[in-house]
Amino acid sequence: MGHGLTFDIAHLLAGGLVLISFLMITQHRLYSLLNAFALQAVLLSLSVAWQAYVQHAPHLYVTALIALVFKAIIVPVGLHRIIQRLGIHREIETVIGSGTTMLVGMGLVALSMTVMLKVTPTADPLAREDLAFALSVVLLGLLMMVSRRNAVSQVVGFMSLENGLVLAAAGARGMPLVVEISVAFSVLIAFFVIGVFLFRIRERFDTVDVQALDRFRGERR
Amino acid sequence: MTSVAFLLLCAAALLGTALLAVMSAHARSANSIVYGATLVICVAATTAAITALIGRGAPAGLVLPIGLPWIGAHFRIDALSAFFLAIVNVGGAAASLYGLGYGRHEDEPHRVLPFFPAFLAGMNLVVLAGDAFSYLLSWEFMSLASWALVIAHHHDPENRRAGFVYLIMASIGTLSLLLALGLLTGADGNYTFEAIRAGTRPPLTAAIVLVLVLIGAGSKAGLVPLHAWLPLAHPAAPSHVSALMSGVMTKVAVYGFIRIVFDLAGPLPWWSGALVLGIGGLSAVLGVLQALMQDDTKRLLAYSTIENIGIIFIGLGLALAFRANAMEAAAALAMTAALLHVLNHSLFKGLLFFGAGAVLVATGERNMDRLGGLIHRMPVTSFLFLVGCTAISALPPLNGFVSEWLTFQAILLSPDVPQWTLKVMVPAVGGLLALAAALAGATFVKMFGIAFLGRPRSNEAATAAEVDRFSLSAMALLALLCLITGIVPGFFIDAVAPITRLVTGGALPHQASQPWLTIVPAVASGSSYNGLLVFLFIASSAMLAVWTIHRFASHALRRGPPWDCGFPDPSPLTQYSGSSFAQPIRRVFLARTAAVHEEVVMPAPGDIRPARFSLVVSDPVWTWLYQPVAGAVEFAALHLNHLQFLTIRRYLSLVFFSLIALLSVLAIWS
Repeated sequence: MGHGLTFDIAHLLAGGLVLISFLMITQHRLYSLLNAFALQAVLLSLSVAWQAYVQHAPHLYVTALIALVFKAIIVPVGLHRIIQRLGIHREIETVIGSGTTMLVGMGLVALSMTVMLKVTPTADPLAREDLAFALSVVLLGLLMMVSRRNAVSQVVGFMSLENGLVLAAAGARGMPLVVEISVAFSVLIAFFVIGVFLFRIRERFDTVDVQALDRFRGERR
Repeated sequence: MTSVAFLLLCAAALLGTALLAVMSAHARSANSIVYGATLVICVAATTAAITALIGRGAPAGLVLPIGLPWIGAHFRIDALSAFFLAIVNVGGAAASLYGLGYGRHEDEPHRVLPFFPAFLAGMNLVVLAGDAFSYLLSWEFMSLASWALVIAHHHDPENRRAGFVYLIMASIGTLSLLLALGLLTGADGNYTFEAIRAGTRPPLTAAIVLVLVLIGAGSKAGLVPLHAWLPLAHPAAPSHVSALMSGVMTKVAVYGFIRIVFDLAGPLPWWSGALVLGIGGLSAVLGVLQALMQDDTKRLLAYSTIENIGIIFIGLGLALAFRANAMEAAAALAMTAALLHVLNHSLFKGLLFFGAGAVLVATGERNMDRLGGLIHRMPVTSFLFLVGCTAISALPPLNGFVSEWLTFQAILLSPDVPQWTLKVMVPAVGGLLALAAALAGATFVKMFGIAFLGRPRSNEAATAAEVDRFSLSAMALLALLCLITGIVPGFFIDAVAPITRLVTGGALPHQASQPWLTIVPAVASGSSYNGLLVFLFIASSAMLAVWTIHRFASHALRRGPPWDCGFPDPSPLTQYSGSSFAQPIRRVFLARTAAVHEEVVMPAPGDIRPARFSLVVSDPVWTWLYQPVAGAVEFAALHLNHLQFLTIRRYLSLVFFSLIALLSVLAIWS
């Protein structure tokens, strides 16, 4: 197998992650958002597995497996059940319109490409592209956290941001497995904590719209 | 055992003494145990440091596996650190000896005893440090230990304020030193001084490092305009600690300046010398002018420290300027003058603070206008204090004269430098130095005259008694050292020759081999000074005069009315007071400035109110520099406070947009 194909497949998978990030920032329904997120996690695990194959690093297969099990199955299923129990499978309001969000997202991808290609001229081209895509996924995840008002979609934004981090970690050679495992577990714990908090917030305010929290703080002040 | 290991052991023993003091602070014998232990340790460390300095061994280092992981703590001793270690430990030994007696009068010894050995250990470690990390760590340890000593008497709100100002200034100083050492270390992160010395850096970096070190070490040393904390903090501590802070800790700051600017930063342009010179001259004059205005004995001494630090930095600035012009001999002369003044000031400032402490113990007073006539009640203290006053006023045959004379010799070499700025500036600074020396004389005439001569102005001063033997012997030790340094300076000049060779590349000719122990700093100018002969002349002529008077004059005691300005008022309050002594100089130099506020209330004829004269002397730096800065900080803090109350989404947006902004900067400028 030549170098070109290796590169192209890695490129394709990482590019797919960015594409799904775009899908996610424009999804207005929670269930489809979760499906997109699960798809992104599957693609992430494929991408990491491909990196494991390319770099001959067997421990990355473990990372891929962790991504598949936790992010593509446990977290989306858990969030599905949370949404069901909260009964909020209606449309979600975005703060910015979807066209504007798309444009901003494209700007972010352009920015991360420029930065990464500029600061890593000497790095391995595979790692370079990988890092550029990873930064795009991180920024798009952040954009989602900023542009949504619903707490569940903010959580999904956070998880998708973390996908970008794992992608970057997999692209960098020699990242110890311990680091990846601890990141995966911390995300899982964050998921539990946030899940509990969502219920507590709902119990108290009858909504998971974070603007309710803002209003509450405003009253207190 | 190498000298580094031995000195580190001494520092560890001091830290152990501090722990012991924590545990036994309330015991009755704690005072004697702690000060006795620090005395023994400091004497041992002094011996080791002097051996290392005289023995001229190669620089020795030691790496301990503590501190940063995988890097460890490097300690190193060369001629420069050996010299400063000797100063630190001589000062520490004298202060411990003094503390054996003075400490008994301490109301709350548990607030002083644990921090005194820790402070000494901190100063030792700063000088021993051989890498940037342990240097900064020890520096901060020293600052915090001395801060704890400043607020030892924290019931007085003045002292709490002094501690607060000191803490802020110490943090700013450490921050600038951190940045300076960070710049010197560069990106590869090898923190040892060897690696920093070997590295090369652009001239702009070296210039920024110089400015940062001037702020960092200069604020600790008390350079104008960063001196404002010093006259507050130094007098607030117990007197033997004041002596250490003024006499020794400022010297540790000078060590930091020499180590970083001369040794580590590499070659510097000539204007760096002009900068240091200008700040030194300013510090000398402003420090002594403020000293002359003070009526508080310890605060006067603290301001005088600023003056002497100014003199030291004049020497250092000259050395930088000469070194930049490849004039090794002249640079060595200026550096020798600065180093000798470092030694001399640590000796006589310690002596004077001990004397002020003895007066404080005997009378409970720091205000000169409530003292007077102490020479009859405390004759030994008065004599030793007079020796200190003579030395600090730069009168031969004592040591202050030697170093200031050497500084002038270096100033006289200035026509040889090529830059016109320096050619004009150095004589001007020489004028400032001469002015400072004259004003210092006036200051100490005032201090001795008001506090020790005349008639007692208060009941406490009238009933004062001589202090204990420990305090007297500590003062006598320092007075003796002042005399020795003054009459045989050649030996001390030879002892610092390895240092000047290290930091300026040149050295003065060997002095001990000159006939009659004369010192001849620069062969070309042909000027020389012989402290021994001056001393012998002064001693023999004074004895001759005394003998003549006693031989030929009548032995009968005669009492007559003193000159009383035409008012034969028996009250001692009609004597000259401290502020009336300073009044002519205040009128000449400080009239119409913001520093002095005089007010005379003269009731109209027939009005029965008394006429009043009030005088407020303030430090103009407070109103012009510190208050605006403090106001700006408060303004910013008030307005940034809103950031504490944002919503979650606003915080997220803040993070998001700052990340985008930083990435854009990277994308555009990288």
